[in-house]
Amino acid sequence: MTDSKQFSFPDENGYYGQFGGAYIPEMLQANIDKLQKTYQSILADNDFQKAFHTLLKDYVGRPTPLYFASRLSEKYGTNIYLKREDLCHTGAHKINNTIGQILLAERLEKKRIIAETGAGQHGVATATVCALRNRECIVFMGEKDMERQAPNVARMKMLGATIIPATSGSKTLKDATNEAIRYWINHGEDTHYIIGSVVGPHPYPAIVAQLQSIISEEIRRQLLEKTGDALPTHLIACVGGGSNAAGAFYHFLHEKKVQLIGVEAAGKGVESGESAATTFLGTTGILHGCKTLLMQTKDGQVVEPYSISAGLDYPGIGPLHAHLFTSGRAVYQQATDDEALKAAFELAKLEGIIPALESAHALAVLPKNKFKTTDKVVISLSGRGDKDLATLIDKM
Amino acid sequence: MSRLQKIFAQQKPILNVYCTAGFPHPESTMDVMLSLQEFGADMIELGIPYSDPLADGPVIQESNATAIKNGMSIQKLFADIKSFREKIHLPVILMGYLNPVLQYGFEKFCQDAAAIGIDGMIIPDLPDAVFEKQYAPIIKKYKLDFIFLVTPETTDERIKKLDRLSSGFLYAVSSSATTGNTNKLTGINAYLQRFNALSLHNPVLVGFGIGNKEMFMEVNKLAAGAIIGSAYIKAIRDAQNVNTATKSFLSSILG
Repeated sequence: MTDSKQFSFPDENGYYGQFGGAYIPEMLQANIDKLQKTYQSILADNDFQKAFHTLLKDYVGRPTPLYFASRLSEKYGTNIYLKREDLCHTGAHKINNTIGQILLAERLEKKRIIAETGAGQHGVATATVCALRNRECIVFMGEKDMERQAPNVARMKMLGATIIPATSGSKTLKDATNEAIRYWINHGEDTHYIIGSVVGPHPYPAIVAQLQSIISEEIRRQLLEKTGDALPTHLIACVGGGSNAAGAFYHFLHEKKVQLIGVEAAGKGVESGESAATTFLGTTGILHGCKTLLMQTKDGQVVEPYSISAGLDYPGIGPLHAHLFTSGRAVYQQATDDEALKAAFELAKLEGIIPALESAHALAVLPKNKFKTTDKVVISLSGRGDKDLATLIDKM
Repeated sequence: MSRLQKIFAQQKPILNVYCTAGFPHPESTMDVMLSLQEFGADMIELGIPYSDPLADGPVIQESNATAIKNGMSIQKLFADIKSFREKIHLPVILMGYLNPVLQYGFEKFCQDAAAIGIDGMIIPDLPDAVFEKQYAPIIKKYKLDFIFLVTPETTDERIKKLDRLSSGFLYAVSSSATTGNTNKLTGINAYLQRFNALSLHNPVLVGFGIGNKEMFMEVNKLAAGAIIGSAYIKAIRDAQNVNTATKSFLSSILG
């Protein structure tokens, strides 16, 4: 087995190392079974690939630029490139996945799409592709998040989606995911569930990672064009569930020379009791159908995470990341709310780009790492900051 | 013959009643179990509360959240049961999600459960492949029964496999749904007839959405009995007295 295989693809049972699998009740077995048996052939199919890439180009606006950030580079004494996922249609990388999964749903002949959303970015990306491909769309969103992210709720409604508030538990992303899974249990025969991150039962982490891998495919090509070498020295991306990081790391997983850095939300500080620093605080357990690292009590009750960024406010990480972390292939660092805010303002002032608060966490570790003047540091700028303006204005 | 096998040897419809441990009050577990025994249940299924019960509808979810707030945990549950297990002659099975069991330690869980007279367990999110590979020998070592769920969408071949891996009984989910979700049993007869045609080695109990006498009688025509959960939780959640609420609930089903 090559390194590339070991990290890019789960084994036949859906495990990345010891993490992954499909820990689902029997009520989901038929649907998951069908997905497991068909996803590889559907994703590899020529017609699928053609339709996927055409939409990415003409509708999403790919390839997104790899931008050399000269003033930021100067400040940190190195060479910093920003992968501009914030320029995707709908404002974040999330749509790479939903475009692929709506095409998958069509091939599975499912008439209805469901999705969970935290900040609303994945919900908007799902509602968008449902409008595009004429599918019924239901988005589950924590009642608390619906208040925090009202503009995205309005966007989803305008796109024709039905929003169902998750009123159980802590009324945030974790509970929205529970509600989406429960809905799927009750309506499995005609419904496809578009999970928004590299989480959930096998084969979801593999599907989402593969669809997001377009990010690193482009980085390789663009970096080669710009510098004559396809490999950066460092690749930095924020990690909630970890889909933009999985996509940005994907085609570099087997390149040992590339240092992969995932950045988790430390909220008010990793030891504050209010954070989402999963690799730092988490232990092995089962969440949303997969074995992974998650934040939990000693009794195995899932702990409610906290971050200023709703997109990183998740108590687990995808099984691929759990494996990259425990195997040491990638390192995971933490950035607090304040550090992320500072980085967001810095990027706005130095480069004229207002990043999403999620992406600002990736920028926030720049001062914490030592770079050489010859290093090439690629940062995944996963989303734009429009949705966070209310929070940002508050801190000005 | 295990206690579960003895129950099924009685040749009468079996009523298994589910209740979340530590619900509605921190110390309700003994009351609930003694009352169920006194008023005619044949088997007791105790739920281990979990923060994220994926297979459960709103009623049982809420009971899980209440029980966690009430301080219920596997440690407390085992200590509680140990103190009164001798008063209960019915078989007792535990139903819980995998994560809390894993954190307690799977083997320690089985060892401690067996030591206090637990008869079997249901872990709905434990995949059969993982069970077969890692956990079946432990279950066997502690002489516990382990029960798998099947649904109307489960293929015949898979039903046979899950029957082979199960002991005690096979749990037939009435429809592909979360708990407490159905009020009608559409197509239940054709579904249950499938089991009879497969000549399974376990008796079949039907659960999810069974909430009244009529439905209990209906499934008894073709299955060994039924499991009632959400309807019982509703009956006791606001009750002043668990004993009288259980009496009136069970007489509405069995009377």
